[in-house]
Amino acid sequence: MQSLVRLLGPKWRTAVTRLRQGQGGSSKALVVASVGLVFWLAVFGVLYRVLGYFRGVEEIGPLLAGKLLSLMLLSFLSILLLSNVITALSSFFLAKDLDLLVSSPVDWLNIYLAKLGETMIHSSWMVALMAVPIFSAYGITYDGGWLFGFYATAVFLPVLILPAVVGSATTLILVNVFPARRTRDLLSVIAIGAAGGVVLLFRIIRPEQLARPEGFQNLLDFITVLRTPTSPLLPSEWATDAVMGFLVGPLDWTPLLMLWSSAAAFVVLGALLHVALYPTGFTKAQEGAERFIKGWVWRSVLDPLFKPLSVAKREFVIKDLKLFFRDTTQWSQLILLGVLVVIYLFNIRALPLFTGERVPFFLVTVVSFLNLGLAGFVLSAIAARFVFPAISLEGRQMWLLRSSPLDLRALLWSKYWVGTVPLLVLALIITVFTNVILQATPFMMAVGAGTIVLLTLAISAMALGFGALYPQFETENAAQIPTSFGGLVFMMTTVALLALVIVVEAVPVYGYLQATYQGRPVRIDGTMIAAFAGVVLICGVATVVPLKVGLKKMEGFEF
Amino acid sequence: MIRLEKLTKTYGNFVAVDEIDLHVPRGELFGFLGPNGAGKTTTLRMIAGILRPTAGRIHLGGDDLITKPMTAKTRLGFIPDRPFVYEKLTGAEFLRFVAGLFGQDGAAVERRIDELLDLFELSVWKNELVESYSHGMRQKLIISSALIHRPECIVVDEPMVGLDPRGARLLKDIFRAFVAKGGTVLMSTHTLEVAQAMCDRIAIIQEGRIVARGTIDELRRQTATGDASLEELFLKLTGGEAVQELAAILTD
Repeated sequence: MQSLVRLLGPKWRTAVTRLRQGQGGSSKALVVASVGLVFWLAVFGVLYRVLGYFRGVEEIGPLLAGKLLSLMLLSFLSILLLSNVITALSSFFLAKDLDLLVSSPVDWLNIYLAKLGETMIHSSWMVALMAVPIFSAYGITYDGGWLFGFYATAVFLPVLILPAVVGSATTLILVNVFPARRTRDLLSVIAIGAAGGVVLLFRIIRPEQLARPEGFQNLLDFITVLRTPTSPLLPSEWATDAVMGFLVGPLDWTPLLMLWSSAAAFVVLGALLHVALYPTGFTKAQEGAERFIKGWVWRSVLDPLFKPLSVAKREFVIKDLKLFFRDTTQWSQLILLGVLVVIYLFNIRALPLFTGERVPFFLVTVVSFLNLGLAGFVLSAIAARFVFPAISLEGRQMWLLRSSPLDLRALLWSKYWVGTVPLLVLALIITVFTNVILQATPFMMAVGAGTIVLLTLAISAMALGFGALYPQFETENAAQIPTSFGGLVFMMTTVALLALVIVVEAVPVYGYLQATYQGRPVRIDGTMIAAFAGVVLICGVATVVPLKVGLKKMEGFEF
Repeated sequence: MIRLEKLTKTYGNFVAVDEIDLHVPRGELFGFLGPNGAGKTTTLRMIAGILRPTAGRIHLGGDDLITKPMTAKTRLGFIPDRPFVYEKLTGAEFLRFVAGLFGQDGAAVERRIDELLDLFELSVWKNELVESYSHGMRQKLIISSALIHRPECIVVDEPMVGLDPRGARLLKDIFRAFVAKGGTVLMSTHTLEVAQAMCDRIAIIQEGRIVARGTIDELRRQTATGDASLEELFLKLTGGEAVQELAAILTD
């Protein structure tokens, strides 16, 4: 036990130091805390209202509340499982402290427990924070009393432990199955598994049935569905039973016992698996990566394509594309992006606009217009993931870029267009397809396509600019960079830009809507021209200024 | 070729490099020695354009690095102490990329890549990703990248780290041949035997200031140490107490 504490000591001290240093930058901490608090209050508020409504419903109220909790916990469980699989890869096999730990006379069980704890904390803290307003809403609505806080913690802890053990064990097996450091294969499996998991989750949840009780033949069928456990063998169901038993009765200790006994048994099984497979897995993870690369394929495709560019720009663009497609942590997210786009378009198709005989013109125009904001937000999130880290990822190689006669403008130019072109394609797909599905008018199609192009140019520039303003040179994992403070500031600024553009553009769109609705011809007057010119100006400024500020910042970088 | 005038770098109140004046002419291999934290790497990184000087001037081949950075940097090949390169590029791709940064491409670059990889015995690894290279191989690749655009001067920080004896010997030969053809090398090193054997002149830096400079004989005269070795000179100039303490700890 003492040596386990010693193993965890450095991590603990690092966290404490980071917290202390964080106190220095109080404005940063204040922004993060405020955003977190607003999010917490929003989750709590929505859930409190929903549960209040459920509580007022006779008979099925508690059933609905239980079903909702089990769905949320099931979602948590899937997110945790995936997150633990990915985190375990770095904490058990790629972390920098492993060489020291493995070469030291440390008991394997202690290494397992220390790394398991590390994996669990890294992958679960966000879910754990999210659970606070959820359990608070349940506790307050159903008068759980002050004891409920302790009880909910006791219920939720094994829900975090179980996926940590299963996730770590899955990674351990995968690392043993795939030769050497084939994280490419490993992460592709994880990405595809995640996509499959999402589809599976949707099927298990069957949300459409819950949302439409009128779809059931009678109330009894509906209650039967509510009473049927979503998946009786999953810990999320046990946790739901334990919580709802405490809140609405009858109190039954069996689910809590099942949770803790399973967690304990899984830790033991995980430890046994660890001792059997870890030495070979760890050795394989140290071996070299894949051998020969067919570089000529890249050259024959990309060289002619970028021939018109200057040598430096061309080589930079080709280099960036190669690095992206050879890094699984980067390209594997394209799979999820594909799924996201499909779900996005599917949701538009599923809007209840099409239930009537004729698609109402007013609704279609409004949805088509507001879709700009939603599409813009999706594009911002994608830019945060792919464009924002671009400058940070050059950090370790900056010695080369700064000691060569490379103009930093060329570097920024390459980064900008490598990020912007795919984003533009995606933006146009989302907007044009949505408008086609909605059967929007040519005017709305033109407004939508034009605005989204301008917004994409601005969003990409802002991502790059903020990425240069808040660089994370020490972070090796590109996926972690957008979750930094700079990423948060970027997202907040982008939301402000989207709001501004929508407000300004609402003027001509409202004029168009009114004219068409009243059967008048649409007049292109001064207000309309001024509003569209305003949007062009706003987006222009939002494109140029961040790039200039980013360039200035980059010129001052020192390494 | 390399001229430093009152070169200064401060971090807050800490003066890392303090008004250094230095001139390394063409055809000279100049050694830069000093204890850890003396300001060697900071000076070299300023010459390479990675750090901006707080004050002073840097001229490379007559071009001011601050006012004419592009022209000045074209003359330079920089070899850092830590070999960070793009892990997901192959050795050949990395060299092609570096040549591109210097505006060079085409058949001449391809020939040069083959020559350099052959010279450093990396031809077999030409089409493998850098992530599978050992530390020494990465170091060789970075040295190749510093030579790919045929620079006029090379600034190199701890060149021998990670190299096997054969690689180290090869590098010495390359630097000597480079200097013999009129090139300039400014090299920082902790390996005093290497400095003594290779360098035409040496500067010893301590606490950001050059405390002695010249040929070995000139340094001996300056310190009145007879026919002392460079190691003895170094310890005399930089204080040898730490070494004695270390020896005491190791023998305890």
